[in-house]
Amino acid sequence: MNSIIQLNGLSKSFGSQEVLKNVSLNIPKGDIYGLLGPSGSGKTTLIKLMIGLETPSTGNVTFKGNKLKANELYPTIGYMAQSDALYDELTAKENLSFMASLYGLKKKKRNEQIKKVMTTVDLLADLNKPVHQYSGGMKRRLSLAIALLHDPEVLFLDEPTVGIDPVLRKEIWDSFHRLKEEGRTLIITTHVMDEAERCDRLGLLQHGEIISSDTPDAIKETYGVTSIEDVFLKNGGVSIEN
Amino acid sequence: MGVFPLRIKGFVIRILKQLLRDKRTLALMFLAPLLILSMLSLVFNSDDYEAKVAIVDLPQQMEAKFDTKDFQLYTSPDKALKDIKNGELDGYISLEDPTSPSIVIEGSDPTVNGAVMKKIQTLFPTDSQKLSDQIEYVYGSGDMEMFDSFGPVLLGFFVFFFVFLISGVSFLRERTTGTLERLLASPIKIWEMVVSYVLGFGIVTLLQASLISWYSIYVLDMMMRGSFFNVLIIIVSLSFTALTLGILLSAFAKNELQMMQFIPIVVVPQIFFSGLFNLDTISEWLSWIGPITPLYYAADALRDVMIRGFAFEDLLFNLSVLIGFSILFIVLNVAALRKYRKI
Repeated sequence: MNSIIQLNGLSKSFGSQEVLKNVSLNIPKGDIYGLLGPSGSGKTTLIKLMIGLETPSTGNVTFKGNKLKANELYPTIGYMAQSDALYDELTAKENLSFMASLYGLKKKKRNEQIKKVMTTVDLLADLNKPVHQYSGGMKRRLSLAIALLHDPEVLFLDEPTVGIDPVLRKEIWDSFHRLKEEGRTLIITTHVMDEAERCDRLGLLQHGEIISSDTPDAIKETYGVTSIEDVFLKNGGVSIEN
Repeated sequence: MGVFPLRIKGFVIRILKQLLRDKRTLALMFLAPLLILSMLSLVFNSDDYEAKVAIVDLPQQMEAKFDTKDFQLYTSPDKALKDIKNGELDGYISLEDPTSPSIVIEGSDPTVNGAVMKKIQTLFPTDSQKLSDQIEYVYGSGDMEMFDSFGPVLLGFFVFFFVFLISGVSFLRERTTGTLERLLASPIKIWEMVVSYVLGFGIVTLLQASLISWYSIYVLDMMMRGSFFNVLIIIVSLSFTALTLGILLSAFAKNELQMMQFIPIVVVPQIFFSGLFNLDTISEWLSWIGPITPLYYAADALRDVMIRGFAFEDLLFNLSVLIGFSILFIVLNVAALRKYRKI
């Protein structure tokens, strides 16, 4: 297995609160890797550790076999945070243009990419609207568009489909699969079961620990259950919220 | 009881709880007014200003007549004038022609002008009336009002105040809305971020500074002896210190309200020590504050241009200090933000 990200014995505490305990994971290149777990299980912290926005208390993270370094990592990854990091006063296009400029996209390429990613998230018609007029779901999609803007090799998406209706959610997941076909790696956190089933691999997080990391079918087989949700129920009784 | 009082009660409790959680805001509400009142009392209850006055060419036959122990004695008016210009004297009276004494006063601060006159009048208890005809002012003039003297300081203060607040809050928003984190996960370098902020705000600041200076000088008719261009250079240099300090201090605020809390701590005290009140009368144990505040240098430079009509070369010291402050704050900003990017 050719892994693009490796986590070795990763722990993270904030003060006396231990959020992640001894997490070791390999994320294979070219997979859609889903991080599944109830809220408060440490999904966001894990993502932030993977991209160096937090430093681990113990253990280490490697990206393509090397220690994380800002100038090597950030140009090649796309990140969508759990809360929409948008400039509300600006229009969608202004937000996109600003972010594109950070990745050094020239004007022609920039406009092409803006059109492409806004089509993917179905927001092209609202390109020139100020963001404060956007609905919650639209903001989510714009954040996703920004993460896709510079054609990143690896995408880190923290709850990308929250607040997005089922039809559009399906379309977005179709686009995730298209990105995968193009050879990209996607790391996606979710707590929605049908999304989990569409991942190549799943890491199940509970109380800061990875209780399982495998393909959805292999996980179900190991636990002798018919749905992923049952794994959590079997393993301590905390149901996944929906 | 209906649902109405219940809701109000719940609401009030929630507000009080929120306030109690924020110990700093609470401390500010109670302690800041005490701090400002204390400062005002220190400044206003300070000793009366003792003017430094000299007598030039005191004729021997008059020595016995005058009580000269509070005066410095000079033999040449040129020497006295030089000492006025470098700040060692506030004024002198020349008795070269004992029948019509002439008076020269530094002139940039009406309070000091008054103190000099009061002291000179003690020499002529009987016929003080005609003295006022003989006064010459080195800078400023006799009809200079308090506002002309305060004006340059206030001009600097307000520019500093608003630039500080607006830049601080904007950067704070970047932090609280998560956009800073998003920026940190992009290829932008920390120093690029700081420089972008300085440039972006620098442009707005330049416009703001021009407008305020223009308004003060041409609309409010503040005394203006020097060149408008020099005033602009000083104001813009001061704005850069406000801008970089605002961004720096926003790192220590969790929300807009906490940013406001820096106003009585960082901004307002500067006005007390920047020459709005005579610095020589401030208690000795507080006098070190002035020289560590940017406004001290900006106010001095602004008075040099607006009241004393100094040329650009004479402003170099104050300008260098202001630019030095900006560079220091920029370096500290980069260092503080580096902590946020952990790899």
